[in-house]
Amino acid sequence: MTDWVAKLRRIRALILKESKQIIRDPSSIAIGVVFPVLMILLFGYGMSLDVTRVSVAVVDEDASSGSAALIGDFRLSPYFDLKVTHSMAEATTMFRNRGVDGVIVIPSDFSRRWRHGDARIQILVNGTDANQARIIQAYAQGPVAIWGATQAGATPTGGPVVLESRMWFNDSNDSHYFLVPGLIVLVMTIIGAFLTAMVVAREWERGTIEALFVTPMRAGEFLISKIVPYFALGLIGFGLCLLAGKFLFHVPIRGSFTLLCFSSMTYLMVALGVGLLVSTLVKSQFLASQLAMILTMMPAMMLSGFLFDLRSMPPVIRGITYALPPRYAVTLMQTLYLAGDVGSVVWPNLGVLAAMAATLLVLTRLSTRKQLS
Amino acid sequence: MRSSLLRILALILKEFLAVLKDPRSRFIIFVPPILQCVIFGYAASFDLNSVSYAVLNLDHSSASADLLSRLDGSGTFKRQANLERMEDISEWIDSGRALLVIRIDQDFERRLLVGKVAQVQVIVDGRNSNTAGTALGYVGTVVDQFNADWRSRHGIPGAPVAIDIRSWYNPNLESRWSMIPSLIGTLTMMGTLMLTALSVAREREQGTFDQLLVTPFRPFEIMVGKAVPNMVIGLTQATTILLIAQFWFHIPFIGSFVVLYAGLVLFLMAAVGLGLFVSSIAMTMQQAMLFAFLLVLPFSLLSGLTTPISSMPEFLQSVMVINPLRYALDLTRRVYLEDAGFAQLLPDFLPLTIIGIVTLSGAAWLFGRRLT
Repeated sequence: MTDWVAKLRRIRALILKESKQIIRDPSSIAIGVVFPVLMILLFGYGMSLDVTRVSVAVVDEDASSGSAALIGDFRLSPYFDLKVTHSMAEATTMFRNRGVDGVIVIPSDFSRRWRHGDARIQILVNGTDANQARIIQAYAQGPVAIWGATQAGATPTGGPVVLESRMWFNDSNDSHYFLVPGLIVLVMTIIGAFLTAMVVAREWERGTIEALFVTPMRAGEFLISKIVPYFALGLIGFGLCLLAGKFLFHVPIRGSFTLLCFSSMTYLMVALGVGLLVSTLVKSQFLASQLAMILTMMPAMMLSGFLFDLRSMPPVIRGITYALPPRYAVTLMQTLYLAGDVGSVVWPNLGVLAAMAATLLVLTRLSTRKQLS
Repeated sequence: MRSSLLRILALILKEFLAVLKDPRSRFIIFVPPILQCVIFGYAASFDLNSVSYAVLNLDHSSASADLLSRLDGSGTFKRQANLERMEDISEWIDSGRALLVIRIDQDFERRLLVGKVAQVQVIVDGRNSNTAGTALGYVGTVVDQFNADWRSRHGIPGAPVAIDIRSWYNPNLESRWSMIPSLIGTLTMMGTLMLTALSVAREREQGTFDQLLVTPFRPFEIMVGKAVPNMVIGLTQATTILLIAQFWFHIPFIGSFVVLYAGLVLFLMAAVGLGLFVSSIAMTMQQAMLFAFLLVLPFSLLSGLTTPISSMPEFLQSVMVINPLRYALDLTRRVYLEDAGFAQLLPDFLPLTIIGIVTLSGAAWLFGRRLT
């Protein structure tokens, strides 16, 4: 009985010491509070995959009433900023010097061929930014279709087959809907893994861990004292993201809120586990922080399905994503936020995360005990 | 003058030893950039090459079969199931087994044959709206081709205007061609800025910085001694990624190495300068690491790597004037793919030079302040 009381008192003292260290070091607060806010602002306002307006040069070699009308339709499009040029040479010079993002060429036989039903225009795009080039290509369809329909005296539906698309879970195609769940994963990853990666290593580098060895403290108690304060710091970050998601970006939570919190906490434990294990194993702040970044931060961005589609990755890379925690967390968050409590998605992913958290903590505990003996 | 050079040389040697003598530290500097370059080279692409989908075809006509076989034949669309009932759609979408479901109503062919418009409904999983939008675009392309063929076969007038896309510098518009040259700057910055940020902070934490202060070193000399080794390490990382881009991913380098390396040296000056600046402010390694991280993250997110700078709000665009990575990305891509020369790249060279000079001299000045 007294054994337990002593144990709890030791843990309390250690947690207190760790918390004071966090509160007194401005950089810890920076990562716990400033960092989530910064991320929310960056993701909410800085990162947008839409190309708002593209500037294009137009070369009208046809100079007919038809080509003038087509240029008019491009001018009416909200996506194009037109610069009329007089020669192809002038346009390509602008293009090469990045004065314009693309060049639209209306060839001299445009009107004549239109009467035979095989008119074509040419669009020159800059492949150095492949994504933007493809967006320009897609934007151009609009004015061209409108022009074709007006000339034929028809309604601009295209056809005969028309697509009617419905985007489930995100009807208005609001990119905040997929950014907010991904944001939570990123914030948990960095607070959890990055900070803790340094804390145990720091005690080794400074030699303070040896001072702790001579006290009655046990390895398990030491770990608990390292987990609790950083877990709390992670929860602050999580709370900030939740608030931003609700009040700033108005992203609905369609799944159960409890499950969402529970999943986030489980993932936070995984991140803490990675950080602590790495820190315990390498005992160097530089190495630990680099490893934590490579193992958690980069995969959370690139290999999680947050930005890039997992199904389109080559099999070997997809295999790697299964070994890393972020893909499970992103799938969980996106589903709980946008789709709801889909059992076939939630339980397997949550199960894997829980298993990873348990494994990591046990491994950390084992490697800590070894060093103490 | 000569003794100053000797001192700097000695410090450079010592810095190299400090970083490279530990095999784990050598490993962490050179292996991860290689792995990351290869993995992200494959992973970081907005192109979809595998779209799993399910079909609810209520028409069972030759026209609907033709449309679906075009999807299956595209190589991108992988049919997972033929659904029978409307109620099955949500199960396939919810579980993520199908990214999209295509529904064709029973009057599809009948409407087409009498010259009416026939609708095809596409239901797409919008959990990642970006992926969803791209997939919808792909379906649209297939339907456009179907329409064009149907029109010409049935003599319907009003053939659309064809748009020929010619893409310069990257003929097949492969994401990888823009992504991998961009990784030269991105991965190098992550490595060097962090490494440099720790260099002074480590000495301070271990107390060796005080020892350095009682030697005849001037702040400027310490700065050069710290900057050069990290720049050399950065250049090595950049070269490694350049080699992977050419010999692993076979992306043809058409530019000039002189222009590229001139740009990289300036970029590394700026990155190392920022690192040293952070390092001279930080009191501990943890602080240095976290401050560096708080710089690297927005710099890489807002560099134009994944999202275009032109669609950021004006305010952020003007803040990002100080971001060396955005200039480095532009520079490496354009030298690599477009063979851009010094004159065209002046808008990148100039700011990089300014950032480098300001941060490096700022760091040297701060060393001096700490000395007194």
